[in-house]
Amino acid sequence: MKINGILFLLLVFLLSACGGRKQNSQQQTQAPVSAEKSAEMANHPGKKVYASFCLACHMADGSGVPGMHPPLIQTEWVTGDKERLINITLKGMSGKIEVNGETYNSIMPPHSHLSDKQIADVLTYVRKSFGNNASEVMIEEVQKVRNK
Amino acid sequence: MKHLFVLFLVFAAFACNQQEKSAVEKIMADTDNGGITLPEGFSALVVADEIGRGRHIAVNENGDIYVSLRNHDQNKGIACLRDTTGDGRADIVEYTGEHTGTGIKLHKGYLYFGSDTAVVRYPMQPGELLPANNWEMIARGFPTERQHEAKPMEFDGQGNMYVTVGAPANACMEQMRTKGSPGMDPCPILEYAGGIWKFKDDVLNQDQLTDGERYATGIRHAVANSWNKKVNELYVVQHGRDQLSQFFPEMFDDKQNAELPAEEFFLVTEGADFGWPYCYYDPFQEKKVLAPEYGGDGEMVERCENKMDPIMAFPGHIAPNDLLFYTGNMFPEKYRNGAFIAFHGSWNRAPEPQSGYFVVFVPFDGAYPSSDWEIFADGFAGMETINSTRDAEYRPCGLAQGPDGSLYVVDSNKGKIWRIMYS
Ligand code: HEC
Repeated sequence: MKINGILFLLLVFLLSACGGRKQNSQQQTQAPVSAEKSAEMANHPGKKVYASFCLACHMADGSGVPGMHPPLIQTEWVTGDKERLINITLKGMSGKIEVNGETYNSIMPPHSHLSDKQIADVLTYVRKSFGNNASEVMIEEVQKVRNK
Repeated sequence: MKHLFVLFLVFAAFACNQQEKSAVEKIMADTDNGGITLPEGFSALVVADEIGRGRHIAVNENGDIYVSLRNHDQNKGIACLRDTTGDGRADIVEYTGEHTGTGIKLHKGYLYFGSDTAVVRYPMQPGELLPANNWEMIARGFPTERQHEAKPMEFDGQGNMYVTVGAPANACMEQMRTKGSPGMDPCPILEYAGGIWKFKDDVLNQDQLTDGERYATGIRHAVANSWNKKVNELYVVQHGRDQLSQFFPEMFDDKQNAELPAEEFFLVTEGADFGWPYCYYDPFQEKKVLAPEYGGDGEMVERCENKMDPIMAFPGHIAPNDLLFYTGNMFPEKYRNGAFIAFHGSWNRAPEPQSGYFVVFVPFDGAYPSSDWEIFADGFAGMETINSTRDAEYRPCGLAQGPDGSLYVVDSNKGKIWRIMYS
């Protein structure tokens, strides 16, 4: 168990370090879900940001609203390229998209008023909740995208 | 004896065809009423299921059914249904047209269709289920909207058509749905949206802003609209604003956000102003109050004093999506000329549980409700507590009255259609 934990930490560290350097890297390798992690997410600072700024539209369980607000469960926008995900959060999104086989043609407001830390927190929370298990988003990554 | 029997059969079949009343007697409700709950004496059967993302519904004099679809992979957004065996269930389902959207009504031999940016009409062909494909443009020039984009239409029987143009906004903030962004004053959206526009019902190519007339304003979005033939007035039910607690957490908590503001039922007279985005209706204080984006504190009234009040208030965010004044003879006297309203159910009550996946009835006496609203059909969501909107199995979205006085309800999740009857 102890060794597993250390290995896991190492993995998370390696993954996030690599995500920080290669900001254009596609699909991150996904680590297996662990009970420790879900427990961690319940107290994660991103949960609060999510509750204040995302939950109304995307729902507490990330399932969204049919035909209106897409889900954040296992979507390529959420678990895929981090730069794209940070951009959606900063600048919002509109136009026709297909998410998990369902079409949306709606509009999401920009959230550039959130701090880099708030965005890193909320996106880490989203990428590790609702059955997702993608790598963390770092403050520096948000900074980089915002300053582009 | 044998001959007599055959004669009798022929006669019975003939009588059935002539008289809808006896036809209904052949139609058996489902033992579980299609999974919904109804008042005593009412029953329901499932006419069709999984026809697509249904929005509104129209039923022709011969019983043929037309449903508008929100999307269709070939843009054939008109689902056409026919029952050829007389059991009330549609055995033919065909898709046609070149538009998707919400508004759908049979009028003057045409099937009028409200796509999200235009109102068109398809000519009906005698005896045929499918309308012809050579559609005509009736009203165009509507703004391209990505929220509140549905364009339901209604007719007054005097040559006019009324189209809801929803406001592509929550409360006309400078920055769309962004905390701390003030409301624009005056709200420029009201010049082209946030109201009802009036057109001629049979003049081609009318442009919204040059040929259409703004009939009423200050209506955020009203997917539910109906002309009450008894009193010759237009009625609509508004989707009220969202997110009071998200934008103004110092004034409203999540519990208050779930209940505020009310969904409002309007009697729409020409020139009326119902107050959006400056005002919203607080059902507890029973008055319109100034929206916080415009300096309101939840109690202040100011300019809202002279905005039109609703004729009835419903719980917040439950999304009224269709309105029908019942003129049939099948239902008991109490229902005659009263209003049925299909509520689509909420999303903006989160983190409180969601609600409102039902059809309500409002008894009327003349132009106004004669008593409070009541739930008529419920159980569409399939479970008691709905935390996320997606948990609701079905969501009522459109209503129509059949030639025999049955009430049809269409769902937007999977496209299930119920026919509600009384005996
Ligand atoms: C006002 C409602 C609203 C809010 C608040 C909102 N979103 Fe969205 N979001 C949407 C809509 C609508 C879309 C789809 C836009 C389209 O159709 O093009 C979307 C799309 C997305 C997508 C991409 C599609 C998907 O489902 O994977 C992501 C990721 C996302 N939102 C994350 C967030 C995060 C994180 C927050 C909070 C910081 C947030 N959203 C807040 C409405 C909202």
